[in-house]
Amino acid sequence: MRRRLSRSVSTAGTATPGTGTPIVETIGLTRQFTVRNGARRQRLTAVDDLTVRISPGEAVGYIGANGAGKSTTIKMLTGILVPTRGTVRTCGLHPVTDRRRLARQVGVVFGQRSQLWWDLPVRESFRILAAIHALPAATERARTGELVDRLEMADFLATPVRQLSLGQRMRAELAAALLHSPRLVILDEPTIGLDVLSKQRLREFLIAEREAHGTTLLLTTHDMGDIERLCDRVLVIDHGRLAYDGDLAGLAGAAGADRVLVVDLAEPTGDLTSVPAARHLASEARGLRQRLAFDAETTTAARVLAAVTETAEVLDFTVEEPDIEDVVRRLYTTTRRSPEPDPEPREPAKP
Amino acid sequence: MAEALALRARLRPYRAVLASRARSQTSYRANFALDLVSSLLSALVELAEVWVIFHATTRLGGLEFRQMLLVFGLADVSFSLADLAVGHCDRLPTYLRAGTFDVFYLRPQPLLLQLITSDLSLRRLARVSVGLTALVAGLALGGVSWGLTAAALLATALTSGIATFAALFVWAGGLQFFLLDGREVTNAFVYGGRYAATQPASVWSRPLKVLFGFFFPMAFTGYLPTLMLLGLPGPQWLPRWLGWCGPLAAVWAWAMALLCWRRGVRHYQGGGG
Repeated sequence: MRRRLSRSVSTAGTATPGTGTPIVETIGLTRQFTVRNGARRQRLTAVDDLTVRISPGEAVGYIGANGAGKSTTIKMLTGILVPTRGTVRTCGLHPVTDRRRLARQVGVVFGQRSQLWWDLPVRESFRILAAIHALPAATERARTGELVDRLEMADFLATPVRQLSLGQRMRAELAAALLHSPRLVILDEPTIGLDVLSKQRLREFLIAEREAHGTTLLLTTHDMGDIERLCDRVLVIDHGRLAYDGDLAGLAGAAGADRVLVVDLAEPTGDLTSVPAARHLASEARGLRQRLAFDAETTTAARVLAAVTETAEVLDFTVEEPDIEDVVRRLYTTTRRSPEPDPEPREPAKP
Repeated sequence: MAEALALRARLRPYRAVLASRARSQTSYRANFALDLVSSLLSALVELAEVWVIFHATTRLGGLEFRQMLLVFGLADVSFSLADLAVGHCDRLPTYLRAGTFDVFYLRPQPLLLQLITSDLSLRRLARVSVGLTALVAGLALGGVSWGLTAAALLATALTSGIATFAALFVWAGGLQFFLLDGREVTNAFVYGGRYAATQPASVWSRPLKVLFGFFFPMAFTGYLPTLMLLGLPGPQWLPRWLGWCGPLAAVWAWAMALLCWRRGVRHYQGGGG
């Protein structure tokens, strides 16, 4: 069932056709794990028959629910894990046997694990990493200067890593991964836990870095904003299988990635059903709080908010980004309805 | 000349990490001093254990106290120096659980060399000083007939002893990939091995002789070179001339250590092992 599904959707996208040697190429990439469950041994398939080509210069968002196989894929791309079946080439190299050569061309940020030395000042960590990547002194100076400048790190260069705020630490992590000017940058949840401003800063930096150096980006995220602002191509993985490969508009079209505007009103108000380009979802507390869904492709939060203020006084509001897991789940329910009738009974969507 | 420069460049990453480790450990002086003192105390307690035994007897396994000092000194200096350089390999389970080991994969150096040079335990210097004192005392009082041969033997014993203990740490590290929470298991042979090395092998039972005489070649780090230095006869299964075979023991230990490490890494990557 899944096999047929992934084939039918993998052509839906409008990804730019590859030019020259791909920077990432996997063919039938599969990884299984043996899990001991008491006395029983079970084989779990984390990545299942994944075939993907990424060309130099692309910016690709790699999304899927927790446990869908994103981290396992990244580990195979960087040589940390050996594939069970299939082939993988990163920067034209075999990640496991050419790991050390590959390390000079790839930069990775694992959102949860640090590459920095927690008890050393940031500047010192950069110096060590420059030595690790054998950067000549002039290159080291120029590149460190560029990164410090563009990521606005001058204020905390002398601060030990353990004293940095999360936002500062992520900027330092990013600089650490990019110090050796890798051709391919892999980011695993780079904006997780960051406030809006820090997220925005990080995204702007990545856009500038791509423009300046033509770096290829591959990022996993739970944040639709990351995908919208950074990526021109999206890969969706579900239960280890490629479920979608194409641009974001296509994904939103396939799955309906609506945003939700939540408004707190001054007085109890009737349901706001007549706001243009928005759909009323729910009201709470006699209409004091209302939720309106809108499509970011056709309107903006500001326009919806303006329309609301015409009928009621707004005290406060928040905008909820579509949840990636929601999008992925909806993608499944919509693609399963077409193009062929499903012989199996459809599972009810999880709440 | 060009080769020397290339080597310098190759060593630069390791030097950078180690220098930073040393700086960070010594930058909090009071803290570092406390570390040194606690390390010194534990080393003194271990030396005192040997001394206490000789309150009850004058000879242990055919050795007097002054000769035992030589065994203790040789083994302890080797162990402490190896511990200083590679002792943190037993922190591998922490690295594995926190995922920091994955970071090593992203750097263009061999994994094991990165692990070994990822830290340095300078507080072990206190322990080295105790071992060294025992060694010097043992050499002065033990009745060594000095000459070129004795000096060569001493140098061989110390270098191969350091290498053997270093291998023991790496060996334990390789096993951690399989055990995950197996620090107690590997501590049993690392620290058990250290303890065995400071004892005369002549008092060991046969299984112990096989285990710590040959499989984990601990007798080669202290006891056997001492027999050779003092011209004493060896016990059954451990003839005195083995005192010259420290390098062989080190090679064996490293072969086992690298085998374990290789299998461990394969297991971690899931490539079969």
